[in-house]
Amino acid sequence: MKKSSINQIETKHLNVEFHNHPVIKDINIEIPAKQLTAIIGPSGCGKTTLLKSFNRLLEIQDDVKITGQIVVDGINIMSAGHNVPDIRKKMGLISQKPYPLPMSIFENVAYGLRIHHDKNAKELAENVQHCLQEVGLWNEVKDRLHDPASRLSVGQQQRLCLARAIAVQPEVLLCDEPTSALDPIAAQQIEKLLLKLKKDYTVILVTHTLRQAKRVADYVIFLYFGMVIEQGPADEFFNNPKNPETKAYLSGEIS
Amino acid sequence: MRKKLGNMNKRKIRDLIGTNLMLIGTLFASVLFFLIFILLFYRSALVLENTSIIDILFSSTWNPDNGQFGLAPIIIGTILVTGIALLIAIPISLLSAIYIAEYAPTKIRRMIRPFIDVLAGVPSVVYGLCAFLFLVPLVKDVIAPLFGVRTTGLCIFTAAVTLAVMVFPIIISLCVESFCAIPIALKEASLSVGATKWETVKKVVFRASSPSILAAILLGFGRAFGETIAINMVVGGIPVMPSSVFQPGETLASLIASKYGELMAIPLQESALMLVALILFVVVLLFNILGVFILRRAKKRWNY
Repeated sequence: MKKSSINQIETKHLNVEFHNHPVIKDINIEIPAKQLTAIIGPSGCGKTTLLKSFNRLLEIQDDVKITGQIVVDGINIMSAGHNVPDIRKKMGLISQKPYPLPMSIFENVAYGLRIHHDKNAKELAENVQHCLQEVGLWNEVKDRLHDPASRLSVGQQQRLCLARAIAVQPEVLLCDEPTSALDPIAAQQIEKLLLKLKKDYTVILVTHTLRQAKRVADYVIFLYFGMVIEQGPADEFFNNPKNPETKAYLSGEIS
Repeated sequence: MRKKLGNMNKRKIRDLIGTNLMLIGTLFASVLFFLIFILLFYRSALVLENTSIIDILFSSTWNPDNGQFGLAPIIIGTILVTGIALLIAIPISLLSAIYIAEYAPTKIRRMIRPFIDVLAGVPSVVYGLCAFLFLVPLVKDVIAPLFGVRTTGLCIFTAAVTLAVMVFPIIISLCVESFCAIPIALKEASLSVGATKWETVKKVVFRASSPSILAAILLGFGRAFGETIAINMVVGGIPVMPSSVFQPGETLASLIASKYGELMAIPLQESALMLVALILFVVVLLFNILGVFILRRAKKRWNY
């Protein structure tokens, strides 16, 4: 078992309301750095909402009220005066269904690089190649980098989205059920990638498949009706759950 | 049992009648298109026998009484009016559509959208009247003097501004619809690599909806190109080659509206007007086909 050193993200009394309807209720969690944290729980329990609160992506929706603190690297990102794009740059997002931007494969990966750095063409190309290699897509696309990204298969698109996210060198990867739209082989590829990437990134994986959480997680957070029921290191959580609701969920009695 | 069977037959017959009525309706609507085309083509043959189409399109003398049907000044007038109108309308409509779809608070969006849709349905004669009462004096007394030009106010510029105002709601409404149709996850993808809202709008929202924007512009063009009565009220109605946009001019559609009464009596002149109508018909048709073609191609490419 790895020593959980520093916490990358902590929340303190985090509450989220949509249209005056509470979705996330008084959440206090700690997410360890450079590990894979799985957020599990039945559908509609607020997993995605919690995930998107970390990079302040909830705010683009209408009628959202967020209170409490989200502390990233010791800084409360909810306090006023932060440059929101900088916060988001620290955290790459992988969504349920891959959404490649309406441009070429190359430009998808170069997108963030062009925004944040003035790189010359050669550096840009090297960076793009590196990111595509990281996600194991380079060999499949190196001859058609300038094709529209929409021509890739869904599994390839998801890896492309991963490449796009790591291109801007985030610290955290927020993954929102990234394998749910994929076939088993493509899903396995993504899982393997996440295991590889957690050496360099703090990976937060929202999943509704328990087996996936068991396979990959170092740390587990169990959400139920917007509340944290139990959190802890994976082996402890799965082998020796303390809360009766956790036990019920793990044995498939509630879903 | 017997009664039930009779009932069944009745229902079958009703079904048959319904199906055929719908078929007839559809046929009628689509055959009409060809009928109009054939009619226009057939009736404009007379003028084409007398004068070549090249002469008609490029000669600049419109003098029906002498049998001269040069459409060049009118075509130039149409291009100027439509072009300037779109030049004014496109940037303003796009900015406003982006604001409504992406920036405005939900409350304001809900208030503005029906308002704009209603504007799109206001009869054009109302726009023409407002332009005649307010825009014409404004151009005459304020805008033209700014450029050091004297004008009556009834001119190409006034017509173009009127047309721009009429095209706004169409382009805005269609663009807002296409911006709102973009999946929120696509915007999130851009925002989460640290793009600002404006960068996301510029590089993702605009790009993903560019085919729809183009389609909106082409539809706006269709309306502008064929607009008749509002133009007729403010353009001046003089089929002479305009030397500036503050000169009176004439457009194809407006020409038909002003001349059909006096020219319909003489076959050759009537035929000339039919040719003008044919040109309008063909140009609008071509632009519609182009719009559909672009939309289809882009959809295939980006899958949105």
